[in-house]
Amino acid sequence: MSVGDLTILVDDVPRRVPAGTTVAVALLQLGITEFRRDLSGRPRGPLCAMGSCFECRVTIDGVADVRACLTVVQDGMRVERVR
Amino acid sequence: MTVASSPDVVVVGAGLVGALTALRLAETGLLVTLIDADFAGGGSTGAAMGHLVAMDDSPAQLALCADSRRRWHTLVETLPDDAEHEACGTLWLAANDEELTAAQARIRGYAAQGVRAELLDARGLAAAEPSLAPGLAGALLVPDDGVVYPPTIARELVRRARQAGVDVREGTEVASLAAHEVQLADGSRLATGAIVVATGVAAPRLIPGLPVVPRKGHLVITDRRPGMVRHQLVELGYLQSAHSFGAASVAFNLQPRRTGQVLIGSSRELVGLDASINRPLVARMLDRARRFMPAVGEMRALRTWVGFRPATADKLPLIGRWPALPDLWVATGHEGLGITMAPGTAELIVAGLLGQSPAVDPAPFRPDRPMPTDTGLAA
Amino acid sequence: MSGHRRVDIVVVGAGPAGLAAATTAAAGGRRVLVIDQALRTGGQVWRHRSEATLPKRARESMARAQSAGVTFALDAQVVDANSPHELIVDFRGRMARVGTEALILATGAKERFLPFPGWTLPGVTGIGGLQALVKSGLRLPGRRVVLAGTGPLLLPVAATLAASGAEVLLVAEQAGGARVLRFALSLLGSPHKLLEGLRYRSAFLSTPYRTAAWVTRADGTSQLRTVTVHERGEQRTIECDWLGAAMGLVPNTELAQLLGCAVRDGAIVVGEAQETSVPGVWAAGECTGVKGDDASIAEGVIAGGAAGGERHRVHRAAVRARASGRRFAKRMDETFALRPEVRALADADTIVCRCEDVTRGQLDPAWSQRQAKLWARLGMGACQGAVCGPACAAMFGWGDNAPRPPLQAPLLGPWGDALSGEGQEPPRNS
Repeated sequence: MSVGDLTILVDDVPRRVPAGTTVAVALLQLGITEFRRDLSGRPRGPLCAMGSCFECRVTIDGVADVRACLTVVQDGMRVERVR
Repeated sequence: MTVASSPDVVVVGAGLVGALTALRLAETGLLVTLIDADFAGGGSTGAAMGHLVAMDDSPAQLALCADSRRRWHTLVETLPDDAEHEACGTLWLAANDEELTAAQARIRGYAAQGVRAELLDARGLAAAEPSLAPGLAGALLVPDDGVVYPPTIARELVRRARQAGVDVREGTEVASLAAHEVQLADGSRLATGAIVVATGVAAPRLIPGLPVVPRKGHLVITDRRPGMVRHQLVELGYLQSAHSFGAASVAFNLQPRRTGQVLIGSSRELVGLDASINRPLVARMLDRARRFMPAVGEMRALRTWVGFRPATADKLPLIGRWPALPDLWVATGHEGLGITMAPGTAELIVAGLLGQSPAVDPAPFRPDRPMPTDTGLAA
Repeated sequence: MSGHRRVDIVVVGAGPAGLAAATTAAAGGRRVLVIDQALRTGGQVWRHRSEATLPKRARESMARAQSAGVTFALDAQVVDANSPHELIVDFRGRMARVGTEALILATGAKERFLPFPGWTLPGVTGIGGLQALVKSGLRLPGRRVVLAGTGPLLLPVAATLAASGAEVLLVAEQAGGARVLRFALSLLGSPHKLLEGLRYRSAFLSTPYRTAAWVTRADGTSQLRTVTVHERGEQRTIECDWLGAAMGLVPNTELAQLLGCAVRDGAIVVGEAQETSVPGVWAAGECTGVKGDDASIAEGVIAGGAAGGERHRVHRAAVRARASGRRFAKRMDETFALRPEVRALADADTIVCRCEDVTRGQLDPAWSQRQAKLWARLGMGACQGAVCGPACAAMFGWGDNAPRPPLQAPLLGPWGDALSGEGQEPPRNS
């Protein structure tokens, strides 16, 4: 655990993640590659990492469809995946 | 292959009205050519909400809606999945007791045309549509209304038309019409027994003086939020907006799509064919939608688009002969009821061309009938 | 709460072009606001968490903008506009109107993704996309990475990945070896570019860099496990953890199109002073055509000068750099033109529109983009064609489906409020 870490909730589970990273990077770093499911139920994760593709959408602090690649982690942030 | 003899009928316009008309004509054994300047469903059909609704502004309107809606009920059984048919019904929302009382008075008229309708009080409405804002007096539920996705239906109907022997020519522009002749933009001429013009707002270009004007509307679609909206929702004030021709107006109209997306309307303006987005009007439309369903504000807006309804001064479509040329028929002017009225319209054209007895009295839809001149609907 | 802010000049995009434009425009005391969706300036090419990792020219560019008094609104996106002089901006979730005399678009470029079987598996990202993740903090120690795409971007990304500890197994360039060699030799005229390329290459020296090579499929169950590479007529399958796959860059023209600016061949059309076809709107950088940093900065300077109202100043050095950059861009286009094979990797079941799960088999190349949209729902999802639009342009030659408001799928309520003029007060200084 390093000085720059903080705690976010991922699907209601508290996780330590480095400060200053995006939610997308934080999830990937935690080994989470499936961010959401497509219309046929197949797993999807980040593609463009710059806000164009909307593949990395997760629910953040109750707001749905937030692009994880454009959002920096904050202490206490609630990240939920819709699967 | 022998050279095909000239068609019995040329149908111009492969929107829902034209495509269905061409198919039905072919099914009676006539030789049909169907022409569209672009692709099937690419005009107003592609911009439309796809509401299948029994609207009762006048007995004639209700009669055609009721007949046509019945035909839709049969048709949707045979359509592929991408027609996105949802039998969600319509809830006409009453903001207050006066509106609710007025709504109740419409039930008998509906019943006379075989359209089921029932009144919901405030509690019944809240149970039927939990996401609505509180404070509404109730609603008129028309359970057999539905929604469809028109462009794929136009595509499917054209596919069936081809199978039925219709000569379908997409990407082909008609330049002008003459007696028993259609002149294409490439200079070629098509001799034909009869012509049916179903080109919507573009019809006056081919038929000068045809009393149709474009009535522009905006729609906004959201991202998927399944289950939030269960019925097509329309405020009773919609009838005011749809059936009067003042300045730009909005009326609450919300539709659940099979995808879980929500389609938000509606607006009306008379600005010719200006397809630019009128943002202040869209703002009014969205504001109205949020008053009825605040949760809409929390959805993500994906896109806004514009469509043009072919409107007439007396709010009834033009279905029948147009006397300027022999055997020239028109099928347009449906305003916001083009999708609903397509099957009934097709049947009226078929009956007219074949000299058969029509299912609905066609007199109110006579294209060359006298039109009111004081409505503000500049043609 | 007016939810309204007025400035003299808005610059959309804080990459090399946007920074240069803002700095130049701010001369003479003009109030310049730069809007960017990221949390830091630099755009894509100068993305960083710590300024210490940036090249000197990037740090200098940022410092110059600061000392010129440029204001930055970061984590902000333009979602709509009532006119080129009134933008609707989503500031970190608060929507407000921004009034401006002049507007400079420096919206950069995005990657072009060409569909192939398995490309939707988690673990498959863009090339710039993978670099963006790493630069945003993703650690890939010992993770096996394959890069497959085209153009110079492959080199710095491979270098970044190698430096971060990843095991770069292969860099596959779809262009043929002779072309790439010719291109490299042409860089002898720009020694710093050549040196830069060699420096990058030396960072991943143990990784094979193969030309005329491309990925034909990716496989895995819930995430990427293997990729299959076509190289010199042979296919081989490689186990890996990440695949960075994209075929070049395409300009971001959505906002320009929304404002009515002319766009040709997928790029914003600009004149000698970087003016677009809409009065009061200028454009600079990759969004007028992918061309590299030097030319992007040059265009930013010219646009900033013009938008800032300079009448007689000619930025000679910038004009020269722009001309040189355009020549370079042309050479890049020719060298890295997409071969037919990579345009046709999708099989019938391959998803083309990722948002709506529309497969290749559902599409007829003879259609138009709009026809595909209405008949097959292509481009109707959250990204509104940002991914499938360029893909279909490359696969079928389809044209654009014009963007409609709002951009960036904002929350409807705040957008509606801003349209009505009831937006929220934007943050003072982000």
